[in-house]
Amino acid sequence: MTALPTDEAGPVPVLQLRNVWKTYRGDGVEVHALRGVDLDVHAGEFVAIMGPSGSGKSTLMNIIGCLDVASHGQFVLDGEDVAHMSDDDLADIRNERIGFVFQQFNLLPSQPAWRNVELPLWYARVKSAERKRRALDALARVGLADRGHHKPGQLSGGQQQRVAIARALVTDPALILADEPTGNLDSVSTADVLGLLDELHASGRTIVLITHEADVAARAQRVVRVFDGRIAGAAGGGAP
Amino acid sequence: MTWWETFRIALDAIISHRVRSILTTLGITIGIAAVTLSVGLAQGASSQVTSQIDSLGSNLLTVMGGYAQPVDGASGATATDPKPISMADADALADRDVAPDIAGVAPLINTGFELSAGDKVVGTSAEATTPAWLGVRSRTLAAGRFFTDEEQADSAPVIVLGDGVASQLFGDPHASIGRMVSASGNTLQVVGVLASAGGGGGMMNADDVAVLPLSTYLERLSWGDESLSGIYVQAASTEKLTQAYQETEALLLARRGASTAEEAGIMIMSQQSLVEAMQGVTNALTLLLGGIAAISLVVGGIGVMNIMLVSVSERVREIGLRKALGARRRTILLQFLTEAALLALVGGVFGLLLSGGVAALITALTQFPIPVSVPTVLMALGVSATIGIIAGVYPASRAARMAPIDALRRE
Repeated sequence: MTALPTDEAGPVPVLQLRNVWKTYRGDGVEVHALRGVDLDVHAGEFVAIMGPSGSGKSTLMNIIGCLDVASHGQFVLDGEDVAHMSDDDLADIRNERIGFVFQQFNLLPSQPAWRNVELPLWYARVKSAERKRRALDALARVGLADRGHHKPGQLSGGQQQRVAIARALVTDPALILADEPTGNLDSVSTADVLGLLDELHASGRTIVLITHEADVAARAQRVVRVFDGRIAGAAGGGAP
Repeated sequence: MTWWETFRIALDAIISHRVRSILTTLGITIGIAAVTLSVGLAQGASSQVTSQIDSLGSNLLTVMGGYAQPVDGASGATATDPKPISMADADALADRDVAPDIAGVAPLINTGFELSAGDKVVGTSAEATTPAWLGVRSRTLAAGRFFTDEEQADSAPVIVLGDGVASQLFGDPHASIGRMVSASGNTLQVVGVLASAGGGGGMMNADDVAVLPLSTYLERLSWGDESLSGIYVQAASTEKLTQAYQETEALLLARRGASTAEEAGIMIMSQQSLVEAMQGVTNALTLLLGGIAAISLVVGGIGVMNIMLVSVSERVREIGLRKALGARRRTILLQFLTEAALLALVGGVFGLLLSGGVAALITALTQFPIPVSVPTVLMALGVSATIGIIAGVYPASRAARMAPIDALRRE
């Protein structure tokens, strides 16, 4: 796998999108959700992606998260060209390289916190004892060392999102992708979760945060604005 | 993902929807119980009939008459005047010069009546025959004696009871001797009680019988001139059975001027041919009952498929999450297949427990044996797991094919 040549000197970016298009076809109508997006995110960066609904923000997040593939263009994630991979290969990429944090937390309600956290390690075929150790480690890192055996229903919204962040950390991914992580939280929990993201950034993690709230986006080093399927007025982005 | 973990997820999903899972497994439970019970019933009937035929003795032939058979299939013509079996036939067979390999002959009219003594009434099958019956049928007496040639000649009002009938009427074989029973308005004296021939339930119980002189029956109890039901023929030994069969057939055909048994309207059966005929019947019965019961298994399988489809559409978000976290198609497929198989297997285990309980209950109440054998158990478990897997294929592949974004986004 070769990285695309970059305009900048220095290390290969964690994320590198070049002229990415996403077109949906239905009832004979073509809808361009993305119209030639270029974006680089370097290791250790904390980037916020902002945009109103319908701007293509969610589509961009799906492509960055390898949950969907671009119709056209190139996408290199952590040195690997993922634009034309099969379903199962994408599943492996998601498992190894990306840690997801969702707005709805998406925890399995019947399973205790540590079981939820170890879930990605199952699919990575990690042995049972190792899984448990790493899950408890990740829970300790988000400050929930003593909540490992609580079920999601017994935790507050902020704590649930911390469990979800622990789950995103447990595979030690190249990128943490947070989709409106504070969208379902009160102001106290929001501050709590954003503080945690700050900490993770300070410890060298690469974070991409999707949000529509300006004060949330303000926590990032760099804000990328998506409008009408294109990146508008972004520092470090822009049309070729 | 190891097998154990896949199993754990499946078990967790089943337990977290307890009521729904129980209702779903009920379909398989009933299906498996129905199949194992009906097969067990048919096998029980088969082994019972076989053992009762065995108890007839291995050197016994039974001659039955009056079978009008089409001689010419095309024209549909029947044999002219199928001659019933008569006493003269029995006398001829008893002639040692004509049939040297025949040791004994007992003519027979099969009938049945109600016997009453005091306030007790027992319905029983009855055999009207000659004193030779006891030896020909290889039976012995528990008490008293069999009726004699004199009693046969005099149409004496005597009767010999089977063990079952005697104990129902008088409680004890010995207490029966000399007592009076009435049958169709006639009073008969009990002169003997047969030793038990193994008992058992069902319609061919060898102890549920009464034996009386043929002449007594014809004179006092029958409605008119009755022909014989058949003749028991005892071969000199088991080895002479074939010769005895040939002598019997040759003699009866000659007396009727016929060339085949069909033309003569007679049927000669050895114990072996009876066993084969009965096994043919019970095999057909097994297939029929098992086949009907299998339909309920198919219905149960459809129930599993239905609930798996519900389960998949309910857990769209979970499937999306698992895929986002790196689950491959095969992993998701396997997870739901395991869940379906486990659901059906649990149903199968409950079905076996249910049929075991019902079988034990039936056996306790009626003494009718219903064997539930190891191969039946293994087959039932295999079949239920297979049904689960087949029922799970479609729902599981739907889950596996879901796109992770669609699945995650759906509320």
